[in-house]
Amino acid sequence: MAIGLDNVLDPHARAMLVHNRRAGVLAANLANADTPGFKARDIDFRAVLGAVEHGSTLRATRANHFAAGIAGDGAIQYRVPRQPSLDGNTVETQSEQVAFTENAIRYQTSLRFMDGAVKSILLALRGE
Amino acid sequence: MGLLNVLDVSGSALAAQSVRLNTISSNLANAESVSATPQTAYRAKQPVFSALVRDAMSGLASVRVDGVAESAAPPRQEYAPEHPLADGDGYIYYGNVNTVEEMANMISASRAYQNNVEVMNTSKQLLLQTLNLGR
Repeated sequence: MAIGLDNVLDPHARAMLVHNRRAGVLAANLANADTPGFKARDIDFRAVLGAVEHGSTLRATRANHFAAGIAGDGAIQYRVPRQPSLDGNTVETQSEQVAFTENAIRYQTSLRFMDGAVKSILLALRGE
Repeated sequence: MGLLNVLDVSGSALAAQSVRLNTISSNLANAESVSATPQTAYRAKQPVFSALVRDAMSGLASVRVDGVAESAAPPRQEYAPEHPLADGDGYIYYGNVNTVEEMANMISASRAYQNNVEVMNTSKQLLLQTLNLGR
């Protein structure tokens, strides 16, 4: 009987990849909380996970085309500010902090699931 | 690796906010500095931040300090004929530092610094936990 190692580990690994990218975007928002004219951005988790699973729908057909990253599928979007500030900055520190914390917890959740899977496989291998 | 880039981005914010704290402390320190002419009076300094887009596709943008701008507000003039630096009309000139504004600015800078330290701490913990996967 096949254990299906990939079936257990893959979904969590992909989710962690997306959480990883989202952490970068949210950290950039928080870092630029005082930069005039900076527009806060966020990742659409579902769209990015889809792009990671099925591959990007955009292809580079010419030499001077950009490599389509996660932005290629329209997954990275500007946030709509609740209270835009006068200097054009749309970062709202409190909501960015909430999003960053939530993202960290989700990352840890995937990590815990993966850890459990790895540990049970090790247990099965050792046969203790 | 996204979480390692987070450390870079937050680190650039820490550097920018500490430049801001430096200019604030120099402004507050010179709030009572006196000068003989309005031209040589101390001028309040402010750093100018801009976003440095590291990778447009991944949405990463660190903070860069473009320079330090000096306030164009006129210096505070005071009539003090007995002062050793007083000019022919008996005036001395203080820097154009607004201490109330500077204090509010300082609180904002230290809060922003704390925010970024928190982001770095969280990312560090996540990275370390990932390294311990399966142990």
